[in-house]
Amino acid sequence: MTTVETPTTEAAPETTLERGYVGLDYPRKEDRRLLQGQGVFVDDIKRWGMGYVHFVRSPYAHAKILSIDVSKALAVKGVYGTLTGDEVALQTDPFFQIASEPGAHVRDYALAVGKARYVGDPVAAVVAETRELARDAAELVEVEYEPLPAIVDARRALDEDAPILHEECGGNLAWQGTYEWGDLDAAFAEADHIVRISELHFDRFNSTPLELDGALVEYNRGTGQWTLHCNNQFPGFAIIMMGPALRVGLDKLRFVTQDIGGGFGNKITSHPQLVACCLLARKLNRPIQWTEWRTEFHQSMSHGNERWFQDIEVAVKADGTLLGFRCKALDDAGAYLRYEPLGGVIWSQVTPGMYRWRNIRVDFTQVMTNKAPVSPNRGYSRMQHLWLTERIIDIVAHELGFDPIEIRKRNYIQPEDMPYETPNGCVYDSGDYPRALDLALELIGYDQLEERRRDAESRGRLLGFGIGSTLDSGTNNFGQSQLINPDLQFSGNNEVATVKLDILGEIVVTLGTTPQGQGHETTAAQVVADILGCSPDDVTVRAGHDTYWNSHAGFSGTYASQFAVTGLGAVKGATEELARQMRVLASMVFGCSPDDIELVDKHARIKGNPEAALPFQALGAIVNAGNAGFPEDPPPLNARYVFRPKFEVPDKERKFGNLTLTYAMQIHACVVEVDPETGYYEVVDYAAVDDCGSRVNPKIVEGQVMGATAHALGAAIWESFVYDDEGNLLTPNFYDYHVPHALDMPPLRTGALESPSPFTPLGTKGMGEGGGAGIHAVCAALQDALRSRGGAIVSDSHNPYHRVWAMLRDPDATRANVEVVSK
Amino acid sequence: MTAVAASRLITVEINGVTYEHEVPARRLLVHFLRDDLALTGTHIGCDTGNCGACTIHLNGEPVKSCMLLAVQVDGASITTVEGLAPDGELTPLQQAFSEAHALQCGYCTPGMLMSASALLERNPHPSEEEVRIALQGNICRCTGYWNIIEAVQRAALSGGSA
Ligand code: FES
Ligand code: FES
Repeated sequence: MTTVETPTTEAAPETTLERGYVGLDYPRKEDRRLLQGQGVFVDDIKRWGMGYVHFVRSPYAHAKILSIDVSKALAVKGVYGTLTGDEVALQTDPFFQIASEPGAHVRDYALAVGKARYVGDPVAAVVAETRELARDAAELVEVEYEPLPAIVDARRALDEDAPILHEECGGNLAWQGTYEWGDLDAAFAEADHIVRISELHFDRFNSTPLELDGALVEYNRGTGQWTLHCNNQFPGFAIIMMGPALRVGLDKLRFVTQDIGGGFGNKITSHPQLVACCLLARKLNRPIQWTEWRTEFHQSMSHGNERWFQDIEVAVKADGTLLGFRCKALDDAGAYLRYEPLGGVIWSQVTPGMYRWRNIRVDFTQVMTNKAPVSPNRGYSRMQHLWLTERIIDIVAHELGFDPIEIRKRNYIQPEDMPYETPNGCVYDSGDYPRALDLALELIGYDQLEERRRDAESRGRLLGFGIGSTLDSGTNNFGQSQLINPDLQFSGNNEVATVKLDILGEIVVTLGTTPQGQGHETTAAQVVADILGCSPDDVTVRAGHDTYWNSHAGFSGTYASQFAVTGLGAVKGATEELARQMRVLASMVFGCSPDDIELVDKHARIKGNPEAALPFQALGAIVNAGNAGFPEDPPPLNARYVFRPKFEVPDKERKFGNLTLTYAMQIHACVVEVDPETGYYEVVDYAAVDDCGSRVNPKIVEGQVMGATAHALGAAIWESFVYDDEGNLLTPNFYDYHVPHALDMPPLRTGALESPSPFTPLGTKGMGEGGGAGIHAVCAALQDALRSRGGAIVSDSHNPYHRVWAMLRDPDATRANVEVVSK
Repeated sequence: MTAVAASRLITVEINGVTYEHEVPARRLLVHFLRDDLALTGTHIGCDTGNCGACTIHLNGEPVKSCMLLAVQVDGASITTVEGLAPDGELTPLQQAFSEAHALQCGYCTPGMLMSASALLERNPHPSEEEVRIALQGNICRCTGYWNIIEAVQRAALSGGSA
């Protein structure tokens, strides 16, 4: 039985929003076209004479490319042409590297040059008249490889004798840095218990959007400009990667998106394939159509960061107060650094998780292995770290006999601490974590738990209960990249919107973002309508992104939980400016002060005088087509606004500063039932409480909460990119990589609190990534369920049934991972 | 090498329109719909027949159009998502999807609608379990399914099918 209820929050703090349409579950503007099959996704776009590209990919995880012979493919009628790594190396420069030494030396191109470094690494491309032909012809490309030993386990990547992926780097180290805040020695001296955990593993998976990556790329020979109809979700990033690589100015790359079939961060790093398409469009003088196949996506795109946490030590007081922890983090970046090593700093946005401990040290190392490159994935890099903090809490509670609820409440940052500066200088803007936990417990029916446990036992099942409490930090300060590489110049953040009143009175909005289902057209229209005094139905928000609209800036895109802050902040700014211009124009017509004008019901009128009213249409017509007779220039009724959160560049020495503007919060609670004979288990009950500040459209927010929950459950139970020792991906499709379907989903109750952010224009917080709370909740629930059968310790984020079975069978093996020293 | 694949003339009725088309013998039905007829509402999400984004009605039954060759539908009658509401008036099921926020990116939606409408056609009052079973061949990566299940049940209550 599915129950979805959002309890009304009593005593929600004052919001900064004037609520009209904002705050309503306004029906989505996007739905009509999508429900009728009229959305335009990238593979829907056709051009006359276009050729379909198919990539030839390495079957080896690590191999020298001795030669590539495309002649047999080229001889086939209907094949338009090919591209190889050697051509790419001549015609482009390696992609700019974010890393400092030694990762800075990686030479990464659109196609593999000289060496293939993972199974699926593209080494050549073939373009043909049809999809089928391109695929067949790709098989005729003869590549001579010299296979090399592969490194698959990140823990061996820095061994003396480990095969080296990028010789220029002198080893497989991508980046290394030490983060330390507070006084660790004092914390451990003060501690009554020291809990040691030797190793935890956060597994490799990603959110696998249903639509695959793709593009339709056209080249204009006369202007030297490429138009990329694509589904890249961060054009601001892609463009600065691609322009220098292609040796052109950024204006030569026009990005156009419309409907995108899910992204979840996985569509940020398609720039290598897009460059290959650009080269082919220019070389073959025809539009190039690229759509990935599912197997190609699984083999090559945007795996989530796999991370090992080692030598964890936690300082705990006798009363359960947590003083701090130290550990090593070993991150597996895969074969290339496409967005990495940013994962090496992004986690520190949530350094203490939701807890008050002030003494934390993390020795962070990122290595490269012969696996698909990692890139952002919903909850990017913070999810791994939050899983660590939640595992620490539950292992400490388990070993020292604390109640997982009490230890959380004791150590949570309290509402009166807000805004709270973390040990590393981040500022948590608002929130009431204990109250959110109470709400989650209420939704899951915690007071009945013992009864349910007995009932499960009577049916031969082990019942377990678990909590995941996480943060979704949003609106990055890109200055944090300087903690990775002090020579980088990125800092701050921005997003753009334009709003105009057109000749027939239409209100037209353009955004810089690239939504993938988050309903930007709808929420933007809600904000505009409230400011201009009209309905969201009167507002046209153009679908998607187009560089030619001039409504983008360097960080434009849809990623990292920020639209409700940056995107809507830009919409609000532009609309307020348009409203000002409309009042000025009306005041020029009526001969009064702009302050005397109000915007009501699609009219600009003298306050309180419905007789002296100009319809919006008249304002638009005057400016655009009837502007004679004004002594002063009338305002253009066209506004562009760049939203810029106020950030400082962080202190690079201390690794200290505010890295994100907002902190949405999630508390998930779940109940599992385990079959002790087989390890099979089911999530039988689930509650998710979310606080993302003021909600512009609660239904859309809840949809994001649900989606993030489903991704977390998938990652916890079924989804894993599994490699064998030779570096072959064993889960390269939806047959082997099981994503949850309708029968897999547990009953869900959702709840919401609204703690408006004091730092954002609408009181909103970025949300949508969800912090992976469900992964933690499932791990905790399993550990609870196994307590009576030897007390196994859950040490992996991914727990398929066979792993649970192993824990049941040999709990002591898992318990060896933990040691408690009490003074 | 099958560069010049054998092709065949097929006749097929799609959304009430009869098409006569020469198709390569190896062309998948989903590519025929999308690339040859520009019926791009039917989507592709996998290589293995697991995702259901390509679901259509073939002679009234929901099938995955990536699992058939175009030549196999010679003489058949097909409905795609474009055929659900040909006059632009949303069906009760489509309306329920919007009201229940059962779609985010909308990529799985056509397939979901085709599977759900086939269910409601044969079982106008399905239980929640029956809805889940009917949709188990359709992957959605955005919604977690809860709102989709609710939408199908709402549509059933409002008495609307396809
Ligand atoms: S495309 Fe047909 S089942 Fe996935
Ligand atoms: S709505 Fe995006 S896949 Fe279902």
